[in-house]
Amino acid sequence: MPSTTPSAPAGDPLIVMEAVNKWYGTYHALRDVNLSVGRGEKIVLCGPSGSGKSTLIRCINQLETIKSGSITVDGTRLDDSSRSVDAVRSEVGMVFQSFNLFPHMTVLQNCTLAPMRVRGIPAAQAEATARRYLERVRIAEHAHKYPAQLSGGQQQRVAIARALCMEPKVMLFDEPTSALDPEMVKEVLDTMVGLARDGMTMVCVTHEMGFARQVADRVIFMAEGEILEQADPETFFRSPRHPRARSFLGEILAHH
Amino acid sequence: MGNSFGLGELGFLIQGLKWTVLLAVIAFIGGGIGGLGVALARTSTSWGLRRITAGYIAVFQGTPLLMQLFVIYYGLGLVGLTLPAWLAVAIAFTLHASAFLGEIWRGAIEALPKGQFEAAKALGLHYVPRMRDVILPQALRIALPATIGFLVQLIKGTSLAAIVGFIELARAGQIVSNQTYAPLLVFTVVGAIYFALCWPLSLYGTHIENRISRTAR
Ligand SMILES: Nc1ncnc2c1ncn2[C@@H]1O[C@H](COP(=O)(O)OP(=O)(O)OP(=O)(O)O)[C@@H](O)[C@H]1O
Ligand SMILES: [Mg+2]
Repeated sequence: MPSTTPSAPAGDPLIVMEAVNKWYGTYHALRDVNLSVGRGEKIVLCGPSGSGKSTLIRCINQLETIKSGSITVDGTRLDDSSRSVDAVRSEVGMVFQSFNLFPHMTVLQNCTLAPMRVRGIPAAQAEATARRYLERVRIAEHAHKYPAQLSGGQQQRVAIARALCMEPKVMLFDEPTSALDPEMVKEVLDTMVGLARDGMTMVCVTHEMGFARQVADRVIFMAEGEILEQADPETFFRSPRHPRARSFLGEILAHH
Repeated sequence: MGNSFGLGELGFLIQGLKWTVLLAVIAFIGGGIGGLGVALARTSTSWGLRRITAGYIAVFQGTPLLMQLFVIYYGLGLVGLTLPAWLAVAIAFTLHASAFLGEIWRGAIEALPKGQFEAAKALGLHYVPRMRDVILPQALRIALPATIGFLVQLIKGTSLAAIVGFIELARAGQIVSNQTYAPLLVFTVVGAIYFALCWPLSLYGTHIENRISRTAR
């Protein structure tokens, strides 16, 4: 498969973005973005600051609304109806750079809130699920602490568990390790690698190239709101075709 | 001839105090409910709701409480609504408190990090659980010192109800003072009662404020 073909993954894709355009006022943040993400596929999205990576993944769960084009998640086309937004959000987990745990709730409460309120799962069952996922991100012993009592890496792992508790079909990560002290990056990446191994569909905005090499099926390079290149990680890192991708990789590698 | 200031007079002041407290409590409960509505409307996505409540707040913050009392007290009469004085006064104070508490709480809601709203949305939480479980508990906590500060103002503000003939603590003091010819003594007692009511609240507000700024660090 030629490396620049917008690869249509096998089977019916989980996420399909077609000709998506996003504007912030007069600023054209996404330009005719086409992207389809297969079930179980792991995508790493990279590109210079301001290229629209966050905007792209935030459109998938409608934290941002688009001007034109279409986004379909697991067969549900996002329109303005709150029903479609609800349906999509409950299937899409998101992890933010700044964790965004609810500071007035314990770790456990953070994890049980949405399953109880959105899915109507009884408290005992939500708690059992939460403990299972907290176990999985190896943080179960902190279940009764408040977020402020945890380190950044621990908080981010709780954030991952919180999203998993909704049993989403896809997980979106927006620079999940950028706000972390270097010594905590690994524990979060390891958690993400584990998640990938278990077959989760993932779209990750990250500049952790080691992670991309290890996990990604496809690396997508964006600049100025456009997808300029996409390829498997080996090809992308060895021989990026677009000059902007080359200079971007040069900068990234210089920093690592 | 006047009486001297004795137990009977003190009892009369206590009667007035009862009304003062009752009025403040009604205004605070009414204002709490109304203020919540105002704060939610001010932070809603509906342009119309935001404009209407902004106008409402502007009017009540931009005019003296005394005028608000007059207009509502006599205004209700003009439109043929003859309500008992205490009820008219309670309505006026509730509207007043709703505007101020609404504005305090709007500020607190907007002061929360955007990420809190986004994380709640991303989890699929709808408006009601999002506000009730995630946003408001945090916002009200931030707003607690200012809320208590307003409650103190409100308690003192109830003395204005005397103007429309309502016998609360300040008015009761005036009456007793006229009867006993001992204004200094009477108003010292009245002042001490207000102080005993407001000072602990102020202290509590400061305490909370310190605790919040400590944990924020
Ligand atoms: N809410 C907003 N209002 C206006 N402009 C915005 C808004 N959010 C993002 N932008 C602009 O849109 C462009 C893309 O932003 P985006 O956050 O998607 O970039 P990014 O690729 O995630 O960058 P970074 O690596 O810095 O996170 C930037 O120029 C940014 O300034
Ligand atoms: Mg970003």
